[in-house]
Amino acid sequence: MYFGLSEEQSFFQDNVKKYLAEHATIDNIKHITSGDKKNLSAEIHQGLLNLGINGLLIPEEFGGLGLDLLFAAVVSEALGGGVGPTPFIAPYVMAPTAIKHAGSKTQQENYLSKIASNENRFGVGFSEFIGKRNDAGITFSDSTLNGRAMFVLDANDATHLLLADEKGQIFVVDAKSADLEIVKLTTVDKTRQYTEVICKNLEAELLEHSSDSINPINQAIDTGRIMLAADSLGASQTMIDKAVDYAKERKQFGRAIGSFQAVKHMCAEMAADLEPCYALVWHAAHCHDHSPAEARLMACHAKAHVSEMSKGIAKKAIEVHGGMGFTDLLGLHYWFKRIGLNRQILGSPELIREEAYKTQV
Amino acid sequence: MDLEYGPEYQDFTKEVESFCEKYKGLSFTDGSNNPLGSSGGSDGPQMSRSEWQKTLIENGYFARSVPKEYGGYGGEADILKSRIIAAEFSKSNTPGAMGGQGIDMLVPTLLEMGTEEQKQTYIKPTLHGEMIWCQGYSEPNAGSDLASLQTKGDLVGDEWVINGQKIWTSTAQYSQMCFCLVRTEPDAPKHAGISYLLIPMDSSGIEIRPLVDMTLKAGFNEVFFTDVKIPAGNIVGKRGEGWAVANATLGHERGSLAPPDATMNRVNMLMHLMKEETLDGKPLIEHPIYRDRLMQIQGKVLAQQSHALRLLSAKLNPGADVKIGKMIQKLTGTELRHELEGLAIDVMGEIGTLYEDSPHLKNDGTWQFIYMYFLGLIIGGGTSQIQKNIIAERGLGMPKEPKVEEA
Repeated sequence: MYFGLSEEQSFFQDNVKKYLAEHATIDNIKHITSGDKKNLSAEIHQGLLNLGINGLLIPEEFGGLGLDLLFAAVVSEALGGGVGPTPFIAPYVMAPTAIKHAGSKTQQENYLSKIASNENRFGVGFSEFIGKRNDAGITFSDSTLNGRAMFVLDANDATHLLLADEKGQIFVVDAKSADLEIVKLTTVDKTRQYTEVICKNLEAELLEHSSDSINPINQAIDTGRIMLAADSLGASQTMIDKAVDYAKERKQFGRAIGSFQAVKHMCAEMAADLEPCYALVWHAAHCHDHSPAEARLMACHAKAHVSEMSKGIAKKAIEVHGGMGFTDLLGLHYWFKRIGLNRQILGSPELIREEAYKTQV
Repeated sequence: MDLEYGPEYQDFTKEVESFCEKYKGLSFTDGSNNPLGSSGGSDGPQMSRSEWQKTLIENGYFARSVPKEYGGYGGEADILKSRIIAAEFSKSNTPGAMGGQGIDMLVPTLLEMGTEEQKQTYIKPTLHGEMIWCQGYSEPNAGSDLASLQTKGDLVGDEWVINGQKIWTSTAQYSQMCFCLVRTEPDAPKHAGISYLLIPMDSSGIEIRPLVDMTLKAGFNEVFFTDVKIPAGNIVGKRGEGWAVANATLGHERGSLAPPDATMNRVNMLMHLMKEETLDGKPLIEHPIYRDRLMQIQGKVLAQQSHALRLLSAKLNPGADVKIGKMIQKLTGTELRHELEGLAIDVMGEIGTLYEDSPHLKNDGTWQFIYMYFLGLIIGGGTSQIQKNIIAERGLGMPKEPKVEEA
């Protein structure tokens, strides 16, 4: 019995962390998010591709590494920790999972091997299946899609998109098609990209098994949620580390503010809230591959619980920094906002807990 | 990640299963007199608690790694087997071994630091449930600041003479013995002036007064010592080493106060209750506000269960970094249990306030009782605030509060 990360997983995670620490410095994050160094983001993405992040979950027969979801979770944790300004969850986790479960043999061969070889990069838009806001939503008829998909993940620079309708049918579309308009959505989190996709008689290919059952799309959403939980886990840990370091250094009333119980108790609460999240996220990722009976419930609770804990940590870590925490100069807000987006994307905690309940009746 | 236990343990699980089957419905001839164990069933074999305790030891289901010469099973410590035993007993509702502070705290302390004679004298009857112990640590003026305790012991000839008062002493009224922290070196710095003494509770000069707590049960006592005389040899470790001796097992108590599996059992029980009880004709579980709160807590408990697996694995595979992971257990476990029991009261509304033998009481009033009882556990064994100091200072390396100069 062993509950934890393997040496390979820890080693791979360390490599991603080191790479980000070197290249996604706070100055570089500022350049990327202010839009003044466009190539920087692509360079960082390429650096991570060189480490092999695109092929983690692709089966070996299609040229990937065929690893467990836990491997992807530790990468996502590292990306959250370093506010990695690069696509990961949609193209390399959700898309391969959806295609693996919903694609025909031919579709799997077509797309999975090209994700592994980096010829194809997928954005993913499943928001309307999870919770349709206002008049958003796409409909499929006569091999074409019409309508709007909101909060499509990583659509920029994608070659293809996976879009879902309210029934959970998944469609592959050409991201460069003239019948498709990609509208940039400006969110508080500028380390990643969110878009609205408008389809007008857009040619679409149905992933064959996604019309038989909602299991494939749920599988893909589960993986996405576990990744978002891992991302918030990493982001929260960084915020705690920064807060603790700051509280040890910053002096007021003649002593380090970390010696005041009002401050140190906030730090202890953050640590106590986050520590069990590691086990929950790892366990959820493990169940996804090895314990299907618990997988859905674990994925729901991992996303909902880590979102709740991270929200509190993001607030407290800023407070420990006092006025400095509130500044752009320090940049702590990148983590705060990343955690904020992770919470809402692919279902906010209340929606997900409702799903968690439904898996038990 | 590998959550399988392996074939050896599958066989062991079957063995424990059939043992539990054999003793299904076991009841105790000495009934519920003993406060430290569960009460058992009704339609199975009968025996005394002490006989049951011996049966468990003979089979290696209790005191597994305690050497045979001291009354244990004499096997190898095996964390997974201990976990399997606990799980199977819980699943089949088989009464477990008696617990209590003698078994949980004194026995490990003696095994580690006792003299050969002390081990021979005390461990066996304690394991067999024939010698019950109470813990004499806290005093009215030494709570969170335990090391400032003032109960004093003077060595006069070949006897310790003890004077002072202890408080929060659970089971003192049933106990034969007390393991007690006493100031024996008044001139030494506070942590270095304490000794760990073993006091027979039938010594003359001991007075026990029950202390009724907010649950309206006398779960604790005050114990007064007036010129109590015990042999000089009733000391564990050397004079002035009592603080270190006590600390060797204090962490053990903290970790075990609120195991997440027990909390999950209560979550499941609450979910069942919420399907049975109705509000405005609709089961409670169908009211989204209550349902969401239940799901929030279920998520927290799942996180703690997973965390417990991580800690279990760290015991099996030394080297894993779980320093903070262990420190948070007492804080998070007791707070969560209190929150859960409180939710049950909220969903029942007015009915949730019923108590004792009231009409309309649900689940024997356990929700209200445990809700209050756990407030006691949040405070006892190092308050939540002390736990946060420990996590911040020892876990995160944050600076201590500056000491106030004494006037």
